[in-house]
Parts: sequence; C-alpha cells; structure tokens
Amino acid sequence: MLLEGKRVLVTGVLTEQSIAFSVAKIAQEQGAKVVLTGFGRMSLVERIAKRLPMEAPVIELDVTNAEQLAGLAGHVRSYVDGLDGVVHSIGFAPQSALGGNFLDSSWEDVATAVHVSTYSYKALAMATLPLMEKGGSIVGLTFDATIAWPVYDWMGVAKAGLESTSRYLARYLGGRGIRSNLVSAGPLRTMAAKSIPGFEKFEENWVERAPLGWALSDTEPAAKAVVALLSDWFPATTGEIVHVDGGYHAVGA
Amino acid sequence: MTREEVIAGLAEILEEVAGVDPADVSEEKSFTEELDVDSLSMVEVVVAAEEKFGVKIPDDEVQNLRTVGDAADFVLKNL
Ligand SMILES: NC(=O)c1ccc[n+]([C@@H]2O[C@H](COP(=O)([O-])OP(=O)(O)OC[C@H]3O[C@@H](n4cnc5c(N)ncnc54)[C@H](O)[C@@H]3O)[C@@H](O)[C@H]2O)c1
Repeated sequence: MLLEGKRVLVTGVLTEQSIAFSVAKIAQEQGAKVVLTGFGRMSLVERIAKRLPMEAPVIELDVTNAEQLAGLAGHVRSYVDGLDGVVHSIGFAPQSALGGNFLDSSWEDVATAVHVSTYSYKALAMATLPLMEKGGSIVGLTFDATIAWPVYDWMGVAKAGLESTSRYLARYLGGRGIRSNLVSAGPLRTMAAKSIPGFEKFEENWVERAPLGWALSDTEPAAKAVVALLSDWFPATTGEIVHVDGGYHAVGA
Repeated sequence: MTREEVIAGLAEILEEVAGVDPADVSEEKSFTEELDVDSLSMVEVVVAAEEKFGVKIPDDEVQNLRTVGDAADFVLKNL
C-alpha cells in the first residue's frame, strides 16, 4: 500500500463529488489514517465523512480565519501524533469575479478569491508545519493557469498565484525535507465548478480534445495523483505540477 | 413505507437541514423557489434523504426533483 502508516490531513471535503472525498477515500484504501477539515456546512461534511471506508474525524477550518489556523495543529494532535501529508483542496471566488465579469470585478472580491484560493496554501502549510517532519508532503489542486480561459477569470489569476506559491513553498520548505506539489486537474463537476457560470464551456471541448478523453464526473484520476505525490514514490520531486487532464494541456486544437 | 410517511420524513429533513417549517411542506411545493432551499442545503437534503430512506439518489437525478412530490415519487420508486 502506498500510504501504509501515514497520517494525512485532507481539507476540502464538501460532497461525495469533491476531489478531496476521492483523495480521502483512496488515501484510506492505501493505508493512511485520514483527518478531515470542513468549512461552512459542517453538518454536511460530517455526513459525507461517514461515507468514507473508515469514518474520519472532521475539524472545522475556515482557511481565512487566523484563530482557527492557529488552533489547527492542536486539534489535529488529538487524533494523530503528527502528519506525513497535507492536502489543500480549497478554492473560492465571489460570483462577481467569475463568469465573464473580469473587467468589472472589484478589488475586494478579487482579494477574497486570492485569500481563500492562493494565500491559504501557504497559511495551511504553516499551520501544519509543527506536525511535519522530513519526508512530509503538501499537495494542492490547480486548474492550468498558464493561459486565459473563458469565464474562469479571477479564479485563473488566483490559480496562477497558487502555482507560484507552491514553487516558493518548495524553495522555503525544501531545507526541512518537505515537498510541495500541485495536481492540475481537468474540469470536474463538483460544487466549486457548478458555481462558475458558464463552466460547461470547458466541458465538451475537453472531452473531445484530450488525447485520453476525459470523464467529467470521475475525480479518481486526480485523487490518485494526489495520493501518489503524498507517497514516498516522489521523494525528489517538489515545486512540480502534475497534469491529470487526459493530456489536454499537451496538445493544440 | 407509505407516501405520507415519505413526505413526513422529507419534512423532518427539511426542518433539520434548512430550517423549513414542516407546516409549509406539501407535495406541490418546489424546494428552491417556494421553500427557499439553497443549492448547498439541497445537497444536504439529498444526502440526508439517502440515509433516511436507504436509497441512492444520483447526482444527475437531483435536478429533476423540483418539488417535494417529485422527491417522494423518486424515493417510493427506488425503495
Ligand atoms: N472541479 C474542477 O473542475 C477543478 C479542476 C481543477 C482544480 N480544481 C480545484 O480543486 C479544489 C477542490 O475543488 P472541488 O472541485 O473538489 O470542489 P468542492 O466544491 O467540492 O471543494 C471546494 C472546497 O473549498 C472549500 N472552501 C471554500 N472556502 C473555504 C474557506 N474559506 N476555508 C476552508 N475551505 C473552504 C469548500 O468548503 C469545499 O470543500 C479547488 O482548489 C479547485 O479549484 C477543481
């Protein structure tokens, strides 16, 4: 098993469609002890946590709340004595920063998107650092930020920042033997995606153009890559972005 | 399970998850417009209904469940 004996913190479970749900499930199947964090609708997250192969404890965490971040390591310690892996599966942008409104979005709304989706990657890493040792692995989820997409707008800018943040974390945490990598997933029908007006624009084209094809409702391929990056099988890989997109990024029209 | 029991069960769930007054719940009421259930609450209503009635409500099916009656039909058909 890939994660035998490992202790992994997984953020971002909201529904069974959440990428994080697949990550938590596969991590457990691969031998990990999983602790979840949930945001907002805790009663829903707790119901979903019961649907994992092994019910996982859920800690409340708004990743923009400094107090909750400061208390996180203590709460995690009540379930596990340390962490070998941390998964960041969090993204949010206000409606006005999405859906074709790029030119008119306010700084306040853009700032929210960047706070929740970009800065939080560093914030989560720092909040969990006291629990991690050499060999630790931090993994986040991005959507290819090298080009400008329709409707993705400021979320795309936030993701570009996330990709850079991961490289800087790789730089600053490398000395402690801790890795930071991202999985760049193709479009998946999750709550986050459904809240982007016009997200269907990606769907057809992706399914057709990706050399391997692409299943819009299957979060397992992305989750498997996250689990692989958490494992000891990428010991010399950090600051990397692994595309799990059916190969879409590699081909032209 | 009778139709009345399913509707009563749905009313319980709606109260617990979305704070809907059980007296407001009836067959023809739509979840979103009339009972004011937002999309995330609807997700939780579905999850709670799956648990309560022991059915599986596929993601694609949810958009077809506009009213309480639609949901009751689905549950009864798939018990
Ligand atoms: N769905 C896609 O097409 C797709 C593609 C590539 C990357 N991603 C990324 O994958 C990650 C997970 O998203 P998903 O698609 O599984 O959707 P999702 O809606 O299931 O998950 C998003 C999560 O972010 C959490 N969140 C939002 N604001 C938060 C806050 N302030 N504090 C803590 N948590 C907060 C939500 O509670 C939710 O659990 C996101 O980073 C997303 O951008 C998604």
